[in-house]
Amino acid sequence: MHAPDAMLPRIARIRRRRRESAQVWTLDIEADGTEASGFAPGQFNMLTVFGVGEVPISLSGDPARGTQLVHTIRAVGPVSEALVQLKPGKELGLRGPFGVGWPMAEAAGRDVLLVAGGLGLAPLRPALYRLLAGRHRFGRVRLLYGARGPEDMLFRRELASWQRRADIDIEITVDHAPSGWTGHVGVVPTLIEHAAFDPGNSIALVCGPEIMMRFAIDALRRAGMADAAIYLSTERNMKCAIGQCGHCQFGPTFVCRDGPVFRYDRLRTFLGLKEI
Amino acid sequence: MKIRSLEQIVAEHRFFTGLGDEHCKLVCGCARNMLFEPGEYLFREGALADRFFLLRHGRVALELTAPGRKAMTFRTLREGEIVGVSWLIPPYRWTYDARALEQVRAVAMDAECLRQKCDADHHFGYEMMKRFVPLLVEWLHATQLQILDVYGTPA
Ligand SMILES: Cc1cc2nc3c(=O)[nH]c(=O)nc-3n(C[C@H](O)[C@H](O)[C@H](O)COP(=O)(O)OP(=O)(O)OC[C@H]3O[C@@H](n4cnc5c(N)ncnc54)[C@H](O)[C@@H]3O)c2cc1C
Repeated sequence: MHAPDAMLPRIARIRRRRRESAQVWTLDIEADGTEASGFAPGQFNMLTVFGVGEVPISLSGDPARGTQLVHTIRAVGPVSEALVQLKPGKELGLRGPFGVGWPMAEAAGRDVLLVAGGLGLAPLRPALYRLLAGRHRFGRVRLLYGARGPEDMLFRRELASWQRRADIDIEITVDHAPSGWTGHVGVVPTLIEHAAFDPGNSIALVCGPEIMMRFAIDALRRAGMADAAIYLSTERNMKCAIGQCGHCQFGPTFVCRDGPVFRYDRLRTFLGLKEI
Repeated sequence: MKIRSLEQIVAEHRFFTGLGDEHCKLVCGCARNMLFEPGEYLFREGALADRFFLLRHGRVALELTAPGRKAMTFRTLREGEIVGVSWLIPPYRWTYDARALEQVRAVAMDAECLRQKCDADHHFGYEMMKRFVPLLVEWLHATQLQILDVYGTPA
């Protein structure tokens, strides 16, 4: 159950903001009353720009640093545009964290394959921090990340530092690139084909645009992964974020309350249906 | 390092998994090893597509150039993959450049030689098609995703 004031935003303040790419910014936010117990990887907050509106935005920071809320936002419309314009010190409203996140407990003892496309790396980053913090508890950890072009990649410095680590494999691909780029070019599913993992003892966490996720899931299944070992984060327009208004209904589930992370076998009938 | 024969290399290449010994011999009769230094082209757009390549080691960038624009890479390929499908379809001309990103070891397949063997032995031809058609479908799907520009700004 949520506290009765789950609909009431707390006042938060922008501490820092940095540009990731042309349209994407990462904001560090501090909020009064944020519990040190933090959030679970994959959860989201509802952020309000007063006088403009409220939107769900995933937490993209380190869950071990629960009082520092980090959000990575792409400016696509009125609210997200207003959010990325907020300068340090400016106030905004915050409710959350909400939702069911990535299955970190189920991942223990197994190989973990994280498949991210575009902005989908943001909701997966907290899971990566968690995996790296308790590295010995998991099998092989592998991140496959696809972006539109080299200039659209998120968290570039951090990715570069992770690429130097021996305890995580990172493969990055872009859809197209100028000829100087020496990394992979091609869509994310092409990386899955080459990723060495034990399909019988792996779990896949997938996040990105829905079409990309559908292609990625096809590739994972071709590689032998069971539907019940694939998890994906979904996005549907939402309003209340506490499973009451029905705005984000997705088949029989509410994305805000039962998701945004779902196990694929519980969702597959509804994925790709135009009317949902 | 153990030196492997061309027959072994072809038989163990994942593209030819499941190909019988006889058919493997037919393939090897059209094959030869090649080495490309970084930056060297495996082939250039417009040239005769008289071969295709099985990549054994190293990555290759497929590039397109347009007047007034720098070359754009639209796909990279690596060990275990096939470079080039234009040898299958007339007029047998490459429609893009293929450039080695690092030192590349590959098996080059003579297209004319393979096409003749496919024509002469339809069973062999069918085995080859069974390997190339999925490759073409995979390329088609990847291209669909790229064209959709799924990470782009929503309309
Ligand atoms: C659980 C959850 C987590 C989310 N996490 C993030 C996040 O971490 N970062 C982030 O930037 N966004 C995230 N979103 C998406 C964000 O909430 C929406 O983009 C929101 O609608 C933006 O509001 P707006 O007023 O700026 O634009 P709107 O007026 O709502 O939309 C403007 C245009 O963008 C399109 N659009 C809206 N949402 C999306 C989307 N998700 N994908 C593609 N096109 C879209 C609309 O169709 C419209 O054309 C999340 C959504 C959910 C449900």
